[in-house]
Amino acid sequence: MSRSMILGGALSLLLIGAALLSLLWTPYNFELLDIPNKLQTPSAAHWLGTDHLGRDILSMIMAGARTSLGVAMLAVVIGLVFGIPLGLLAAARSGSWLDELIMRGNDVVFAFPLLAMAILITAVVGPSAMNAIVAFGIFNIPVFARTVRGGALSLWEREFILAARVSGKSSLRISFEHVLPNLINLLIVQGTIQFALGIQVEAALSFVGLGVQPPVPSLGRMLADSQTLVTLAPHLAIFPGLAIILIVLGLNLFGDGLRDWLDPRLRAKRP
Amino acid sequence: MSLLSIQNLSLSINGADILDDVSLLIQPGEIVAVTGESGSGKSMTALATMQLLPPGSQTSGQITLDELEVLDASEERLCKMRGHQVGMVFQEPMTALNPVKTIGDQVAETILIHDAMPPDAAMDRAREVLDRVGLPEERFALSRYPHELSGGQRQRVVIAMAIALQPKLLIADEPTTALDVTTQAQILDLLQGLVREYDMGMLMITHDLAVVSDMADRIVVMRKGQVVEEGPTRDLFANMSHPYTKMLFAASGHQVSLPPAPAPEPLLELHEVVRDYRLPRTKLFTAPGQMRAVNHVSFTINRGERVGLVGESGCGKSTLTRAVLGLEQIQSGQILLGGAPVFSGHRPNPAVRRQMQVVFQDPFGSFNPRHRVDRLITEPFHLYEKPPTGAARRDAIAEALTAVGMRPEDGQKFIHEFSGGQRQRIAIARALITRPSLILFDEAVSALDVSVRAQVLDLLADLCRTYDLTYLFISHDLSVVRTVTDRVLVMQSGQIVEEGETEAVFTDPAHPYTRELIAAAPVLPQVAQDV
Amino acid sequence: MLRYALKRLLSLFISLFVASLIIFFVIEIAPGDPASFMLGINAQPETIANLRAELGLDVPKLQRYLNWVGGMLSGDFGTSYTYRTPVAQMIMDRLSVSLPLAVYGLILSVLIGLPAGIYAATRRGRIGDMAVMGATQLGVAVPNFWFAMMLVLLFAIRLQWFSAGGFPGWEKGLWVSLHALTLPAICLALPQAAILARVMRSALLDVLGEDFMRTARAKGLSRSQAVWRHGVRNAFIPVLTIIGLQIAFLLAGAIIIEQVFYLPGLGRLIFQSIQARDLIVVESVVMLLVFSVIMVNFLVDLAYALIDPRLRSRE
Repeated sequence: MSRSMILGGALSLLLIGAALLSLLWTPYNFELLDIPNKLQTPSAAHWLGTDHLGRDILSMIMAGARTSLGVAMLAVVIGLVFGIPLGLLAAARSGSWLDELIMRGNDVVFAFPLLAMAILITAVVGPSAMNAIVAFGIFNIPVFARTVRGGALSLWEREFILAARVSGKSSLRISFEHVLPNLINLLIVQGTIQFALGIQVEAALSFVGLGVQPPVPSLGRMLADSQTLVTLAPHLAIFPGLAIILIVLGLNLFGDGLRDWLDPRLRAKRP
Repeated sequence: MSLLSIQNLSLSINGADILDDVSLLIQPGEIVAVTGESGSGKSMTALATMQLLPPGSQTSGQITLDELEVLDASEERLCKMRGHQVGMVFQEPMTALNPVKTIGDQVAETILIHDAMPPDAAMDRAREVLDRVGLPEERFALSRYPHELSGGQRQRVVIAMAIALQPKLLIADEPTTALDVTTQAQILDLLQGLVREYDMGMLMITHDLAVVSDMADRIVVMRKGQVVEEGPTRDLFANMSHPYTKMLFAASGHQVSLPPAPAPEPLLELHEVVRDYRLPRTKLFTAPGQMRAVNHVSFTINRGERVGLVGESGCGKSTLTRAVLGLEQIQSGQILLGGAPVFSGHRPNPAVRRQMQVVFQDPFGSFNPRHRVDRLITEPFHLYEKPPTGAARRDAIAEALTAVGMRPEDGQKFIHEFSGGQRQRIAIARALITRPSLILFDEAVSALDVSVRAQVLDLLADLCRTYDLTYLFISHDLSVVRTVTDRVLVMQSGQIVEEGETEAVFTDPAHPYTRELIAAAPVLPQVAQDV
Repeated sequence: MLRYALKRLLSLFISLFVASLIIFFVIEIAPGDPASFMLGINAQPETIANLRAELGLDVPKLQRYLNWVGGMLSGDFGTSYTYRTPVAQMIMDRLSVSLPLAVYGLILSVLIGLPAGIYAATRRGRIGDMAVMGATQLGVAVPNFWFAMMLVLLFAIRLQWFSAGGFPGWEKGLWVSLHALTLPAICLALPQAAILARVMRSALLDVLGEDFMRTARAKGLSRSQAVWRHGVRNAFIPVLTIIGLQIAFLLAGAIIIEQVFYLPGLGRLIFQSIQARDLIVVESVVMLLVFSVIMVNFLVDLAYALIDPRLRSRE
């Protein structure tokens, strides 16, 4: 394991841990308004200060990170659930009309910028965390479908798949018994990357009002709220932003390290 | 004064010892062949001479090329040496050329980078060398791209780049290993001709003793980073002193003794088999073209017979193999195994398929790395409606592994714990587990070192004695087919052009193509046949 | 080459067709009656009827779709319900800010990203590589709108080198306008430059491991000559894909960044339209975004063929 992987893993664990902790305990109730103590700079009582309504920023970040992580996680799950079968199917029937249909469909979905998708959904059903999840989830489907198809195609060339076909196994069975298990590494790495991207997507969509809505706390919402006050109280913007950076940085470092660590070509050199 | 002198060269890469005290000399105009099995360090010797070693390399000793101390020379001086004083040809012509540059530019670059000529003259010179290596202007204009050329033609371009400035030394690292046998013969001829014409010295790296037996002046045999024996070619073959050289030679020409084939009784029958591929659409509104990979092929293999199928790449033998295995549907004709069709309707027939198994070429790619050996070799049980379980399954695994010279305990291991030769044995165990009548060997020993190959061939002979097996042996390697088969089929452009008793075909080929193949195949010298 | 281009063109039209169907369905079919959706629950029946007539909702759905597509082809994007002006005109006005911003960002990201990636690849494993890679990890992780807020704090509020936002308009002069777009463009470009640098580095490292690079060295090219003459052009094939994808990100990013800098671009138009439920504007802007992505992909496909002779002769 490389140093960056350990560092990234530790960073992600720390922040994910803090987010989960917010389910049980936060320093203050993050919904508690305390107007007399508004806009305080960091102090012993409020480690990261308070916002314009006197809420404790550390507590809000912990709770907000939970929302952000949840949005990203669910969107990745949507991508995996639909993307994997589509990718496996396209590879198993490579060159057929079915493969062509799946890949063309992917291209069309891919042509919708994530923001356009979110705009489209929000325009019709109104903004919500669910919209952010659906928009990013749909965006993830072709990402995973392509990853799986690409990896699966090279596996289908391998002789152990031929051997399984000689043993009379169906392509469905081969896809799940031989192809998918050999793609797990690839999927873990891609999943980590998409997960990190999801944190940023939630933040961006919530920032422009297409995602999480008040009173649900989220890192993106905190930044949106801080925008008008940023000259007055920069810490309102700085701390949630740093939280996003640290989570994304941690996940990306972890994902990169994981890819190197799982790569069989590099693994051969390890004792 | 030698052209190239390597003295006491030792090399380690990231701490692992690769070369240990290697010394060799090449005189001007001399062809020296370095041979040995994988891991012998023969390629690294060549790369050390060019100083193109991988990162993390540590060298000691002395390499002197034409008065240049290579190991002490600056990188700048080395750049002047490479391409000008030393040219190099590599193993894999398909990837050795830059896909986005024309062949003319790539050949001229050797000249331009050394400021040897003005650009116009360099292009003229590029034309001249391409002509010399057998790529005439009418068909191979300077403006062509590598992907428009075949493997053999690309290797000629690589050679043209290497000799454009008439270097004093040419290094060729397995230059024909990736090529078909007839192309190999042409490239070897070309290299030999160029060496004589330009009075170059040549360092030729090869794993195949036969390839160099009639072109090298001297042979150096390497093993595990050391030179074990060297000498003038004729002397070396006549008086091999080191046991490893003797073993290498014996293994290269290894003969197996096959049991006699039983009375003829048809097992596999092919009648007028046709397999077409659809070509990619070339015009938008016309029907896509067809490529006939297998063209009305008929033959019969009798029970207990060992039959070879030989031919060069693209002749259709792989497609035919897949059709026989029932992996691909055929367009017309019939494939029967034991009288029953391999395909019934549109579905492969499991009862028929049980009687047929296959061993592939790649000992590394033919197993799922995530499963244990016992699970891997029992995969063909899927062809049974009621696969054996419990003790019956354990016994079957133990028997199959024992039969191929492995231990039953090996079933608990993962495939990466085994060497290439052991993996090929496990692949044979997988083929044996359903007790098939027919086993197809698709280039099954091509990727193995000669010593391992000899052992696997012996195993195959033993197995057909014990288990009443029929073999279909698909290979491009004529010497292997000659020793392990009773009958041989020669395939060219989708058709069987000759068929007959193996010895008869090899000693007296009837079809011109067969004659060409046999003439092109390198053979070991007769002198040592009795060693 | 021509055949390749035609094939790509065909797939361009299919993608546009399918995308327009999806957008039409989501905007005009899914909400039920767009007119009552736009006007809200309290609208008078006759107001709704008027709007229906104005939007041309009285005709069958297929006819409506054809009218919409036909209109767009002839440059008529309909009339905004809230602004009472032609949508095409509004979009053109806003694009005159958003498009230059996106292009400015693209230029910056290419100018920063590619050299950084090439530099890192040639210094693989050394201190220069590690510094560039560390910086790109950070660059990828920083949300660009947050970075924009920080830059405003630093350069506009503290140092007062730039104005905190707003756009003077192109008629006030090129230099003034570019100056106003510089901070937003930097914010847009940096994360993309980080991605580009990483892709360039890994593509080049892949190419450096190819056999033909060793052939080039054997001819006598120095390491850097081999990289520039044989490596970079081959490495460009995957990099081009990413640049193509980035244009979509940059347009979307521009829309978000505009919110921080109070720029009168597409972003403000679209968020106001969503608030006002002006579906006509939303529909057109989304179609425009999708159109530009598909168009860019088409151009990238053509550019592949220029780089890679194998594509020119195939098909």
